[in-house]
Amino acid sequence: MMRRTCCLAMVLLMAAACNRNPPPVARPTPPPPPLATAPPRPPAPPEPVAEPAVVPPEPVRDEKIASTALDDLNKNSPLKPIFFGYDSSDLSPAAGAALEENAAVLRRFPSWTVTIEGHCDERGTAEYNLALGERRAVAGRAQLISLGISADRLRTVSYGKEFPFDPGRDEAAFAKNRRAHFVITGR
Amino acid sequence: MNRILLSSAAVLALAAAGTGASQEPPAVQPAPPPQQPSEVRTTISSGDAGAPPRFAVPDFIALSKDAETIDAASTISRVLWDDLNFEREVGLIPRDTYATIRAATSMFDVPFERWRELNADGVIIGTVEKTATGVRVEVRLFNVRSRDPVFSKEYSGSVANRRLYAHTISDEIHQQQRALRGVARTRLTFNSDRSGERMTGTVESRTVKEVYISDYDGENQRQVTTNRSLNINSVWSHDGRSIAYTSYRRGPPNIFIANIYEGTSLELTKGTEQSWTPAWSPDGTRIAFSSTRDGNPEIYVANRDGSNPQRLTNHPANDITPTWSPSGAQIAFTSNRRGDPQIWVMGADGLGATQLTSESYADRPTWSPAPFNEVAYAARTGPGQDVRVIDVATRQVRQLTFGEGTNESPSFAPNGRHLAFSSTRSGKTQIFTIARDGKDLRQITRVGNNYQPDWSK
Repeated sequence: MMRRTCCLAMVLLMAAACNRNPPPVARPTPPPPPLATAPPRPPAPPEPVAEPAVVPPEPVRDEKIASTALDDLNKNSPLKPIFFGYDSSDLSPAAGAALEENAAVLRRFPSWTVTIEGHCDERGTAEYNLALGERRAVAGRAQLISLGISADRLRTVSYGKEFPFDPGRDEAAFAKNRRAHFVITGR
Repeated sequence: MNRILLSSAAVLALAAAGTGASQEPPAVQPAPPPQQPSEVRTTISSGDAGAPPRFAVPDFIALSKDAETIDAASTISRVLWDDLNFEREVGLIPRDTYATIRAATSMFDVPFERWRELNADGVIIGTVEKTATGVRVEVRLFNVRSRDPVFSKEYSGSVANRRLYAHTISDEIHQQQRALRGVARTRLTFNSDRSGERMTGTVESRTVKEVYISDYDGENQRQVTTNRSLNINSVWSHDGRSIAYTSYRRGPPNIFIANIYEGTSLELTKGTEQSWTPAWSPDGTRIAFSSTRDGNPEIYVANRDGSNPQRLTNHPANDITPTWSPSGAQIAFTSNRRGDPQIWVMGADGLGATQLTSESYADRPTWSPAPFNEVAYAARTGPGQDVRVIDVATRQVRQLTFGEGTNESPSFAPNGRHLAFSSTRSGKTQIFTIARDGKDLRQITRVGNNYQPDWSK
């Protein structure tokens, strides 16, 4: 086995030599060297050590996406947020009442389009909360549709637990963060 | 296996070459006749049977006396000590015990008898020399008993990335001496709010999260995305040249791929439906992810250019955060199809889904590399989560963190011997690494909040 390894090693050495950059030129076999008394030099030319520079995949963007008029509208939004129980996307009676008011507003302003954001508190995990937040947004959307609002006016987006409304770590903060938030995106 | 043999080959050639041939390029020789030496020992073992060998890594010798070379020599030896110590395959003799030993001035005056008194089995001697274009680093690992160099190599390049010399040497010594694939040159990716910049286009004040990378030890932290939006779920491609991630830069979340050395970007998913949690297949040709394109979060797989998307799950519950088995034959994911979120496993074709965990809540599965066959995940253990690992075959579960803050998003090192995860144990959310036996906790990030680490392959 050891002998086989040696043979294989020599063959692989040839392969290794070929892989070097730049490839060394094979020369005639030298005579057997004298016995080493001091450590010999490494057998190969210095191996280059380098790493390429990291390039950001996009230029820094600084866009003003929303018009200030929409920002003002959303700052004092006539659309109310709805809140959810722990690990739940079920609509509470209070949430149902808020959705009826929101539906009334959307009927009064039929050109408005809305994105419903689903959010979670920080106790769940980041990945699963993306799905849970989506459930909350979809629950709000489905109820608005059943109240007669056209589906194509309502988009959903889940932010999971990425954007807590209240950064606190008590139940009062958690309750505020388990929410669906209604953002007017067109008027 | 090839690499082990290559290393052996280099050492064998070295032993055969001798000083007389020192300036010659590597000689290509015919296979040795059968009676040629078969007793060349290329690995260093401990004097005590069963114990790991003990290595010393004194400061490298600065052959040029400028400040930069002196600093490089010191940095490379310190980082090499840390890199070798990380895997705990060899015992590292503490550096503060070296003070009484006369420093070598070259490869030829190493005081072996003094290193022997410190119970060193191996000593690593290096030199750093300034060159016209950068530095040349020469390193030898000597067997202290026989005084033979069992590893010998030269490197050249810029002096700027001095840590990379140490990482390279560490990986090669681990491979040659212990047949271990070290992780000194691997990296982490994660997302962070450290820039403190605010998202545009939102009324509520929201801090952006950008994708970052760092070396495995937390050094060289660099920002990858710069779109001032929410960028999460970043994961390395298997060649370490691309990162897939979820970005909200266009509004709805979609999967993007950043080719980090080219500065180019690709949109794997487009449109108003939402997609999250990308995962590269082991061969790098496909990406699994979760998307709401058919109404609720389901698992899909597409080619790495986004073509040919196929749906793998079909269930009204939430299916999210897929991870591939090392062979690519199976995919684990999180699903709440029986109530609470649990880890499930299915074939990579979407067939045969079975429940893997029986926790009150489990999320973010990460399949270990072979030879381990384990899935790490975050399990609810109290008010928060802890990192647990389940053996896929036996279903045996072990726990790595124990209620110090909440602990999430585990990811295996490519040799399976460590995991990275996020934890709130130090206040804010930070990235930590821990050995697979729960020892050797290290904090990787310290600025801002940092989430969802992924270890390069």
